[in-house]
Amino acid sequence: MQVKSFRGGVHPPTEKKYTEKKALVAMPPPGRIVIPLRQHTGAPTNAIVKIGDHVAAGQCIAKGPGFITTTMHASISGEAVSIKQRNHPVFRSCDAVEIKSDGKDEWVYGKKHPRERLDDIAPDEIKKIVTESGIVGLGGAAFPTHVKLSPPPEKKIDLYILNGAECEPYLTADDRVMQERTADIILGLRLMMKAIGVTRAIIGIESNKPDSIRALTASVAGVPGVTVHALHTKYPQGAEKQLIRVLTGREVPRGGLPMDAGVAINNVGTALAVAEAVIEGKPLVERAVTVTGSAIAEPKNVIVRLGTSFQEVIDFCGGFSKPPVKLLMGGPMMGIAQYTTDVPVIKGTSGIVALAAQDVRIVESQTCIRCGQCVNACPMYLLPSTLGILCERHKFEEARALGLMDCVECGCCTYVCPAGRPMVHMFKFGKLELFKQDQKKRAQAQKDKK
Amino acid sequence: MTLDRQLVVTTSPHIRSDISVKRVMIDVVVALAPTTLIGVFFFGFRSALVLAVAVISAVAAEALTQKVLKWDVTTGDYSACVTGLLLGLNLPPGVPLWLPFLGSAFAIIIAKLTFGGLGKNIFNPALAGRVMLLAAWPIAMTKGWLKPEWWRLPGFSFWTLNVADRFGVSLDVVSSATPLVKGGATPNPFTLSDLIIGRVGGCIGETSAIALLIGGAYLVYRRHIYWQLPATYIATVGFLAWIFGGEAYFAGDFLMHMFAGGLVLGAIFMATDMVTSPITIKGQTIMGIGCGLLTFLVRIKGGPPEGVSYSILIMNALTPLIDRFTIPKRFGEKKA
Repeated sequence: MQVKSFRGGVHPPTEKKYTEKKALVAMPPPGRIVIPLRQHTGAPTNAIVKIGDHVAAGQCIAKGPGFITTTMHASISGEAVSIKQRNHPVFRSCDAVEIKSDGKDEWVYGKKHPRERLDDIAPDEIKKIVTESGIVGLGGAAFPTHVKLSPPPEKKIDLYILNGAECEPYLTADDRVMQERTADIILGLRLMMKAIGVTRAIIGIESNKPDSIRALTASVAGVPGVTVHALHTKYPQGAEKQLIRVLTGREVPRGGLPMDAGVAINNVGTALAVAEAVIEGKPLVERAVTVTGSAIAEPKNVIVRLGTSFQEVIDFCGGFSKPPVKLLMGGPMMGIAQYTTDVPVIKGTSGIVALAAQDVRIVESQTCIRCGQCVNACPMYLLPSTLGILCERHKFEEARALGLMDCVECGCCTYVCPAGRPMVHMFKFGKLELFKQDQKKRAQAQKDKK
Repeated sequence: MTLDRQLVVTTSPHIRSDISVKRVMIDVVVALAPTTLIGVFFFGFRSALVLAVAVISAVAAEALTQKVLKWDVTTGDYSACVTGLLLGLNLPPGVPLWLPFLGSAFAIIIAKLTFGGLGKNIFNPALAGRVMLLAAWPIAMTKGWLKPEWWRLPGFSFWTLNVADRFGVSLDVVSSATPLVKGGATPNPFTLSDLIIGRVGGCIGETSAIALLIGGAYLVYRRHIYWQLPATYIATVGFLAWIFGGEAYFAGDFLMHMFAGGLVLGAIFMATDMVTSPITIKGQTIMGIGCGLLTFLVRIKGGPPEGVSYSILIMNALTPLIDRFTIPKRFGEKKA
């Protein structure tokens, strides 16, 4: 099979050996969950339950305003005991609903659609179920899936891409899902294709997951229009713009979305969530999480109820075997460092990675020596060294002109930098400063109008 | 919780490749080893002394200056060591030892540290040091040429140190500057294989094309340099020499031009200096062509026999301009 690749990127050690052979195990529902009201890209949700309300697993507890938002569901049955600011793995803190389990794990399900009668479901109904099930992209960015399934009519989409690249080191949850839930993933893909009205789909998988490639290739054999492609094992192969480029040769225009290149793209985990929502009537209340790293006693691929605290998930995996120096939500290239284990698993938590001292190299930032490694590693064809220096010197507008906003923060530049420069850090800083400036300008413009 | 105090919080990525500035510089030293060894073999222990003085002075100059100015001392990154070694390799083997000392001190203090240190210098420090020596002490810089394997001559040994004293009495050991020297004394007879192995007169580290190419291949393999710059540089000189370098057009001795003088050393180790060359491969290609053009012009029309140093320094000055015109087309940018 032809293996495909893209320009730029890096080859960090994959470190998937800890968990790639470990089958998914379901973690028993915890005694207490914390559901943050914001776990996705878009407007935050508002709680629709009150303190003291009894909720069942699968019951909707929060809804957001407008279209680009999502819904939240209780992942255990019990009583809502508080709605207040809690630690959040991405936003540091956020309003959250805390539910105390009644120990019964009672469920409410939505309408179930039998597998055999999928042809009877109308595209609009699929979108409605996806919206109500609170499904967001499970690859990490957590963009609401129903928005992706509702492209404006002027965008002609002719291809669906299912992203099974899982290029982040350490993470194997998608790999396991692809092997163990193969049929449901294909089903979810077909449902999403039907929702948009696309007849052709490609499933892209990095070549270091031969079992998944084999499983999916075998199971798409009878499905018209769907093919599986092996991808070169290179980070960031699973970044959506790179993946689209590799599989279609099309480049998503600057500042554009995949739909601007005629493509819809979703993670394999999302496809599974869609299948479960439509067939079993089960909203997004649990997800596969890889718990791994040199500081974890028994690394595992775990199916975790959303809202479970990191501490409990880690305890389920035998606790820490060594003192952790870094605790990450997500993989080591783009994951977010946590300062406490008292944060909940959210919809975008693809992994919990705890690194012991041996795997954490704290490097001192030196002057850029203009070696150009970052320029050759950048998958967005930017000049990371120059952008980093501009952000460091607060020349944000110049950085914007050089494409700061095109940066996807994949971390390749910082990974290869011999001078140890924290370029991603400077880019995030620069983007934030520009965002603040723009906000100020908008506010000023509005004032001037009055 | 005690855990909270243990956990380190930084921005992603949380893993780094094992490359460092120090590692890059050590690789450059490793890549320079073949040409250094061959140079010392042909030019005797005397040349090793020149190299040693150059390296030690460079490191000492950096350490002392940074101590006095109360900066962080950065000699641990080995870049001063590389600068000193490159300067030494660019000197004739018989120069008086105060020359490498002054050259290294100038290279480090003036050409590197006054600009802010590694990464901020505009000109290649080793070349700046060499050109300063050429301008200030032209006689001393051009008297030190030795014939390859001069130490085999009667009355000398590999360990003979005071060659300079014998310039008057023993013209046998003195060589013409490089095979490129124009007119004047009859150049030493040499063959192409002499040129490639390095059995010709010249600076300590510039004569052996094969040793330099081995070092260059190592740097390309380690991804510290890209082949495009040295290749376009040497090819440009060869191409121009083939057209304009002979009695008639298209009759030039291009192999002689490509392998003689400091071209191979300059193209592989000096022009590719990360700090002072363009950052994109496209820019480096432009620099290679520009260097080739200038080198050939100096060789054919200029006063000095060799133009590699000047060409690279001039292109160093143009590097910011080249960078400005070779900004890569961004992902998803519409074709102009």
